[in-house]
Formats: sequence, C-alpha cells, structure tokens
Amino acid sequence: MKDDIILRVVAKLLLPFMLLFALYVQFHADFGPGGGFQAGVIAAAAVIFYSLIFGLRAGERLAPPWIVEAMLAGGVLVYAGVGVAGLLLGGNYLDYFVLHADPAAGQHRGIFWVEIGVLLTVAGAMLKLYTMFAGRDRNEDGEEEGA
Amino acid sequence: MSALAPHFSYWVTLFLMVAGLYILIARGNLVKKLIGLAVLQSSVYLLYIAPGKLLGGTAPIVAAGFSTYSNPLPHVLILTAIVVGVATLALGLAITVRIREAYGSIEEDEILERDRAEGR
Amino acid sequence: MALQRDLFSVVVLFAIYSFLMATVLVALDAVDVAMTEAAVGAGASTVLLLGALHLTGAREAKRMERPLVPLALSIVVAAVLGWGSLGLPAFSDPGAPIHTHVVPRYLNDGPRETGVPNIVAAVLASYRGYDTLGETVVVFAAGAGVIALLRRRKRR
Repeated sequence: MKDDIILRVVAKLLLPFMLLFALYVQFHADFGPGGGFQAGVIAAAAVIFYSLIFGLRAGERLAPPWIVEAMLAGGVLVYAGVGVAGLLLGGNYLDYFVLHADPAAGQHRGIFWVEIGVLLTVAGAMLKLYTMFAGRDRNEDGEEEGA
Repeated sequence: MSALAPHFSYWVTLFLMVAGLYILIARGNLVKKLIGLAVLQSSVYLLYIAPGKLLGGTAPIVAAGFSTYSNPLPHVLILTAIVVGVATLALGLAITVRIREAYGSIEEDEILERDRAEGR
Repeated sequence: MALQRDLFSVVVLFAIYSFLMATVLVALDAVDVAMTEAAVGAGASTVLLLGALHLTGAREAKRMERPLVPLALSIVVAAVLGWGSLGLPAFSDPGAPIHTHVVPRYLNDGPRETGVPNIVAAVLASYRGYDTLGETVVVFAAGAGVIALLRRRKRR
C-alpha cells in the first residue's frame, strides 16, 4: 500500500492528529466521555493505521517491540504502584485521599495516574496483538522452529 | 399490545442473545463461533444498560442545568465487560490459528474426525 | 450473520453491527460505553478477526446440514427468558431497584468527593478501582497469552 501516493500522504498527515486525539480523550476524561481504555485503543489504532500502509517494518521503527512490551507490563505496574503509594502514605491499598493534603485533590491525583496506567497497558496490548497476528508467517506444513 | 411495550427493550436484548447463542452452538466453523460469542456478549451490554436509562435524563456527567442523570453504575460494569470481551476474542483467535496449523482445518467436525482417526 | 457463509462478509457485517450497537448506546445515554464499543468492537475486534482470517486462510464456512436440535434449543431458551423478562421492571422506571441503592450516593457526592464531574470515570477509577485493576491485568494477560501462543516463526 505504500506505493499509493494518496494513502501515503493521508497517513502521514493524519497520524499526529490521531495521537493528539487519543491524548485529548485521555486527559479530558474528567469533563466528557473518555478515559484510559478509549484513549489506549485510539492511540494503538493510529500506529496500526501507519503500519498497515507503510508495512510492519516501518511500524516497528515507529514503536519498537521492546517499548510496546514494556508499556504492556508497565501500565499494570503503574496502577499497582498507585495502590502501594496509598499503603506507604498511611491508608489502605488504593486509597487516594492520602496522596495529597486535600482529599479531593488526592482523589484527582490518584485518578490521573491510574488512568495513565490503563492507557499504557491497553495501547501496548492492542498494538502487540496486531503485530503478533500480522507478523506471523502463514505456513502450510505445521512445523515449528525453535522457540 | 401497549401493555407489552414497557418490556420491548428486553425482547430486543433477548433476540440478540438467542441469535448469538444459535450461531455459537449451531455452526461448526471456529471463527463463526467466536463471532457468535461476540454477538452474545454485546446483547449482555444492552441487558445491563437499557434498564439504566431514564427518559428525560442525560449522560451521567454532572453539569449545571441538568437534574436527572442516567444510571452510571451499569456503564462502569459494561466498560470492563467490553474490554474483557475483546481480550477473550484475541486469545480465542490466537488459539484458532494454532489449531489451524496443527490440524489443517478450522471446521469443528473435521478436527474431531482427525482426533478420532489418530485414536486420541 | 448466522446464514452467511463467506467469512469475510461475516466480519464486515460484524463491524457494521458493532457500529450500530454504539449508536444505540448513545441513544441510551451511555456515551462512555458507546465510545469504547465503537473503538474496541468495531476497531480492534475487526482488525483481529481479519488478521486471524488471513492466518488461517479460511474463505468459507461449511454448509450446515439440518441444525434442528440447536434451533429447537434456541427457541426454548428464548421462550423461557421471554416469559421471565415479563417480571422485570418496565423501561425507564425511576423506582426500579437499580436506581435506589448506591447510585444516588455516587451522583450526589461524587463530584464533591473526587473533584471529577464525569461520574463514570469517578466510579471506574476511584469508587470501583479494584475492578479496574483486575481489568487491566486481564488485558495484560491477553497480550501476554497471545505473545506466548504466536511468538514463533517470524517473517523472514
């Protein structure tokens, strides 16, 4: 598909706007529909779109596999880490009101970091799922190579 | 007939649920079974969200000028359910790909036949 | 979708169905859910299904002969559930149990306690934070599982 000039130009133009929209959906979750899940899927869709048009190699240059796998696991760690921070500051696990002097601001901070964790995991997972399906060879004899 | 109108949303949900169930149990192709499962899951979303809607209410985002909000609790539960549903679909499709490579087919009866022929 | 045999058309019909479901959800005031269903159901699911179709090389499902037992079973299940649904509360009934237990507390105290006007985000991340932690772990497990299943045989 990278030989078609319309697709190439449109993909390069749209990619930053799609990523920006994903960030908007993530940070505007307080006042409108949105949040970590939607933003993660939109961000992954942007990179999948790029990788559909320019090929898997170009997609891997844009988002190297080790970064994607780190995002996948890192999001869960960020979420659990917010819970541990609640423990260390004197409350129960995943208590947000201890994270700041003012309980409502503490809630706000907790929700912010928790949604970041969700964004990382969902974006990493969707992207990894796509690359795994698209990168696998279609072979008919069913023989496996070494791990 | 108008005495039955209040339950119309449940019947739409029911129709989708049974359609998904039929696809799941009546078709032998593994990919079609997974799609039937996805239809069944989406009918469950309707099952939870339709009773939460209040006529004359609005989306559950607190803003000045609105006093009635639709119920936010089912929204939260179904958000989780949608994401878990796609996780299930992804794993199911990965297993289907491996089955295809091991058995050469994704039709259920052919797979069972090969198992029986090899004496498992 | 049940009667269509060409698998590619089934996947496209599924994507259309997901979009229509997202529209219905907007009509039911579930805007967060509609956005997620549109992104995940019509976006990610379709991409994964097409990828799986390519990898399995499948074109058509086999013809089903005489699906009488599943059809009868489905009709019986539909009849039983339909009879049971008559006992459920009517559509948009403000006195239904779903509206009277813990939800008034979320709607009244939520913006004040958490500082976030979007009640769905507040409940998801703060009041029911454990569930969201579990869900994030499920997404991680799906990613890890697919890596474990499909990792070998890179494209040359």
